[in-house]
Amino acid sequence: MSERLLTIDNLSVTFGGLHALKNLDFHVDKGEIVSVIGPNGAGKTTFFNMISGMVEPTEGDIVFKGESLIGLDPNQVTARGIARTFQNVRLFANMTILENVMVAQHCRTKQGVFGALFNTSGFKQEEAEIREWGEKVLGFFGSRLVGYRLDQPASVLSYANRRRLEVARAMATKPEVILLDEPVAGMNPRESEELTGLIGQLRDEWGFTIVMIEHDMGVVRDVSDRVVVLDHGETIAQGSYEDVSTNPDVIEAYLGRPAEEAS
Amino acid sequence: MSAPMATNETLPARAALDQEWRKVVNHGLLLALVLVFVSLANMPVSLDSRMIIEPMLSMGYLSLLWIPVVMGFIVSSEKVLEGIAYHAKGAREVLAGGLVGLIGGLGLSLLVVLIDNFDLRDPLVNWSPALLDLLQFGNGIGFGVIIWPVLGFGLGVFGGALHIFTAMTRTIVGWVLGAVLGIAVFETVIIDLLTERLPFEFITDWFYFIRGGLSQQGAVTAALIGGGLGYLRVLAQRGVVPTPVQDYKQLVGPERTRANTIIIITCGVATAILPLLLGRITNELLANVGLFVLLALGLNIVVGLAGILDLGYVAFFAVGGYATAILTSPNRGDSWPDWVPQSHWFAALIVVILLAILTGLFIGAPVIRMRGDYLAIVTLGFGEIIRLLFLSDWLGGYTGGAQGVTNIPGVDLGFVEIKGTDPRAIFYLVAVFCAIAIYVSWRLEKSRLGRAWMAIREDESVAEAMGINTVNVKLMAFVVGAVLASFSGAIFAAKVGSIFPTSFIILVSIVILVVVIVGGMGNIVGVIAGAAVLIGVLGGPKQPGLLAEFSEFKLLIYGALLIFMMLKRPEGLVPNVRRTRELHQEEFLQDAWLRSQVDADEQDGAPSGEVAPA
Amino acid sequence: MTAAVRSKAAPRTGVDWFLTFMRVGLSFFFISGVIMFVLQQIDPQNPIAQVFNPDATGLTADQFEGLIISGLSQGAMYGLIALGYSMVYGVLGFINFAHGEVFMVGAMTGMITSNKLEEAGLWEDAFFVSLVFIILVAIVCSTATAVIMERVAYRPLRGSPRLIPLITSIGVSFLIQNISIVLLGPGAKAYPSLPDWLSQKRTVLFLEVEGTKLMVILVAAISMAGLWYLVERTKTGRAMRAVAEDKEIASLMGIDVNRTIVTTFAVGGAMAGVAGILWGILFRSVIHTTGFLPGIKAFSAAVVGGIGNLGGAMAGGLTLGSAESLAPLMVLEPWGINGVSQLRDAVAFLVLIFVLLVRPTGLFGERLSAEDRA
Repeated sequence: MSERLLTIDNLSVTFGGLHALKNLDFHVDKGEIVSVIGPNGAGKTTFFNMISGMVEPTEGDIVFKGESLIGLDPNQVTARGIARTFQNVRLFANMTILENVMVAQHCRTKQGVFGALFNTSGFKQEEAEIREWGEKVLGFFGSRLVGYRLDQPASVLSYANRRRLEVARAMATKPEVILLDEPVAGMNPRESEELTGLIGQLRDEWGFTIVMIEHDMGVVRDVSDRVVVLDHGETIAQGSYEDVSTNPDVIEAYLGRPAEEAS
Repeated sequence: MSAPMATNETLPARAALDQEWRKVVNHGLLLALVLVFVSLANMPVSLDSRMIIEPMLSMGYLSLLWIPVVMGFIVSSEKVLEGIAYHAKGAREVLAGGLVGLIGGLGLSLLVVLIDNFDLRDPLVNWSPALLDLLQFGNGIGFGVIIWPVLGFGLGVFGGALHIFTAMTRTIVGWVLGAVLGIAVFETVIIDLLTERLPFEFITDWFYFIRGGLSQQGAVTAALIGGGLGYLRVLAQRGVVPTPVQDYKQLVGPERTRANTIIIITCGVATAILPLLLGRITNELLANVGLFVLLALGLNIVVGLAGILDLGYVAFFAVGGYATAILTSPNRGDSWPDWVPQSHWFAALIVVILLAILTGLFIGAPVIRMRGDYLAIVTLGFGEIIRLLFLSDWLGGYTGGAQGVTNIPGVDLGFVEIKGTDPRAIFYLVAVFCAIAIYVSWRLEKSRLGRAWMAIREDESVAEAMGINTVNVKLMAFVVGAVLASFSGAIFAAKVGSIFPTSFIILVSIVILVVVIVGGMGNIVGVIAGAAVLIGVLGGPKQPGLLAEFSEFKLLIYGALLIFMMLKRPEGLVPNVRRTRELHQEEFLQDAWLRSQVDADEQDGAPSGEVAPA
Repeated sequence: MTAAVRSKAAPRTGVDWFLTFMRVGLSFFFISGVIMFVLQQIDPQNPIAQVFNPDATGLTADQFEGLIISGLSQGAMYGLIALGYSMVYGVLGFINFAHGEVFMVGAMTGMITSNKLEEAGLWEDAFFVSLVFIILVAIVCSTATAVIMERVAYRPLRGSPRLIPLITSIGVSFLIQNISIVLLGPGAKAYPSLPDWLSQKRTVLFLEVEGTKLMVILVAAISMAGLWYLVERTKTGRAMRAVAEDKEIASLMGIDVNRTIVTTFAVGGAMAGVAGILWGILFRSVIHTTGFLPGIKAFSAAVVGGIGNLGGAMAGGLTLGSAESLAPLMVLEPWGINGVSQLRDAVAFLVLIFVLLVRPTGLFGERLSAEDRA
């Protein structure tokens, strides 16, 4: 249907003999929302770490827009257009909310010491642009993160707002693909429903492609174009939510083998 | 964000004998130990020559006497938590303080007896008759044994009684003591300021005794002044008189900017005028403080903003100093080829900046990917290597080895030559560079680079994942810090006129670190204040401060201060709001959690959410 | 664009290139220095050996032996100190900068006790008993210092950001040094002279060794064996290893984490105390800064051997001691650098930097809990 954005080819990683991921094949097209699900310890977060360059695969290739990402540092991956959030929210807790999204535009800007010291027009313009874009991505979440809150430190935010700020920070890096690691974890049903809607908007209005790890099947069902199921580092199923949710392997991975068969 | 003080329910005071005896005894023994240590460290004897109030109180006795007061206060301090009922303070607290003081005093009595009967002078160098005499107040053994428990008890009672004073009395007592001590300590500066150019001898004659120390009438006046100021402070707290500091803190937007501008201009003008009124010694002191402000501002960028603990910071100071010396002195090592010119200070400065950048990159590149603590040790190693190279015979032909480089000329401005013999001129030179350093720190902190530094300090791997090239950004911090330190080195060379490898020992790095930490990491005002207090009053690694008698003890105090700050107040004296939060993360997270509960109850997204005080 | 597979090891940025350059450059410097030295030993007039240093004389076999022995004996001492750094790093994940001062306290108490013993006439008459006695006293004092240090300065900081305990330990180090100055005076203090029969050279196997150095190596070996037994064979040792692996899980398994940490400090302190006496015997002079450089070097030794790895610490100590003793003459001198003995300390730091550049986990691999590796 459209252009292939991210291709993962036969990817494996081992930590001291343990296969965290094994022969994984995966792809994302532009404008898709793909969910990665699987039981705890299935290797989902390792998978994200690998794409974002924090862990290097032992084997295989990650190709983003025709260019391999293997061997790049995390910041270079981000600069090429892949941003991420973290499962256990990791904000710059003592920087203000605005600074959190401003600093995320680091790789999109270039003013250095000279501009800052002499307050050049280029510097002023860039600061204004950073600020404007930062307020824009914060504005995506309604009035929660803007206004008087811009200059408050991120540590004063409520849990749900920290999650939102983390998404905003990823958006601020001006990516093409956003990797969301359990975006609604710990939110109440109303909040997660709202965020589900926003994830749809991220694609439809902002044009981001989204890969999401999620445990909340409701969210997965509502937004995913495609679902990939991981277990023990391997892909065990792939397809639409309906296909996957009725797949016996998937049910087994989550619930275990029925007792009579196991024995 | 300060919530209104919660009023804790108060229970009636406990009976005087309802003590936690164990705690009292422990504090008493600790006090005894500290008193004996201070005595054997020879503080009383070597500080005895410095008078606070003539003829009653010398700094030597003061070094012993303040401790029982503090300990007597501490023993019954409680951490006040909101919503918990506490007993009112009363006779119990006073008695506890007294008992602690008594036990401490007995420790000194024991020491008096021991010194009188045994000779332990072999390992303990200060086990001397002079100490014994001082501890006996010159009145013989019996007096010495009896007086200390009595004194200790009295001072401990005073310390404990501080709890039962009203807040107003405590404030006033604090101000009285502070004023007397302050006016005594700053004697040199005050006399210099009032009499060098200004005709105010009558004031200093009133306050000070002719051979140093406050006169009795001076002490009383100082106490009255302190009391008056303390009372004003109390009134201000009650809202009777204006509170400029509070008002300033509440200013926002353009008004705040205007207030800041006024403050900066005032400080600038004061810095320009003050040296004109001062004499040699005080200007020399100010110049030393300025050099350390410059160094500390540089280290503040590295440690305070970017969170890199660089223990070899002195290396950049050394490079600046040596490069300037070699390029300007006719007396440099004789291995230099002729094409290395003997140049003007400003021309040398350009080379110094380039060299500092190169050294910063050279030292920074190998260490920048290391774990933070390895980085600290390896930078320390680099600092030592550079000093050892300057000292070695191998490069002796270039650096002069242990003989160093001498005959370094001053800074020739055409109409005047700035050199060490004219501390006032040096001070102006230092002040100009400090202004540059302050401007640089301030601009960078608010720029893209500064934000990236802070992000790295907060969480390096997330910063990396958010697209920050941590290696380059950290190297940048290293280089900026290096350039600021090299300025200091260049001025130092011109100031002292001859430099030796011993000026660049690791101790200098540590002292600068203490200055930055005591002042408050990441805080420009704090760092300046830290340098002024520590270097100005106690003195630098080699430079004497106002309390020249303290030179034996200043490093001891620095070490203790470093530990104390890390344990009790890691954000420094003048805290930076950000750092405070980071260092007390847990508490803040709890607060934030509480607020988030409030938030969850409210309608989601309502702007009145989290911080609305009830 | 083709998807060429790159490896992280390949240099990409300027910094990477610079580091590669430094690695290669330092290796070249070391190796060619040694080659020139060897050539010179074979034939003093060798033209290659004379490129940089025309008037090099080389070393006689006796000199060489002497350097190795003194390198090893100092290295054994570094190794003993390094154990303390390594154990504390393994358990708490921070560098106890003040550990060098624990060592200094050992050397100081040894100095005081041995001088008192000499005054009493026991030092000469009953040397071995006196030696055991001063070692015991030094162990007690150093252990006490280490334990108090942990209790007062480090325990309240557990769980705070990484650099905070490190900065605190710098403060502790500074404080102890200055306490020594104000109580004992700033000058260097001497140990009493050793009995003649001890300092004589004697032949062991085929080597001529000074008795003192032999004794230093022996004492270090005995201490190391004791430590090994403690860590590998006793319940306390198992608890220490468990806490090093994961504090939380260890406490769930019923191990008293606080007590184990105190034990770690105590054992490290005891080893440093022994090392302090060895220092006194080797150099017979002690001053308040005695702990600083050996401390840093011992930390380097711990890193060189792989931090958290006790055997590695000892091996690292021996490596560093020998390198420090041999490298000035074997590497620097052939390059035509004069006054090489002044650069001994610089060599020790260079070795540290070199190892961290080439093999940051140390020669024998580090053993740290997962959180400390990050």
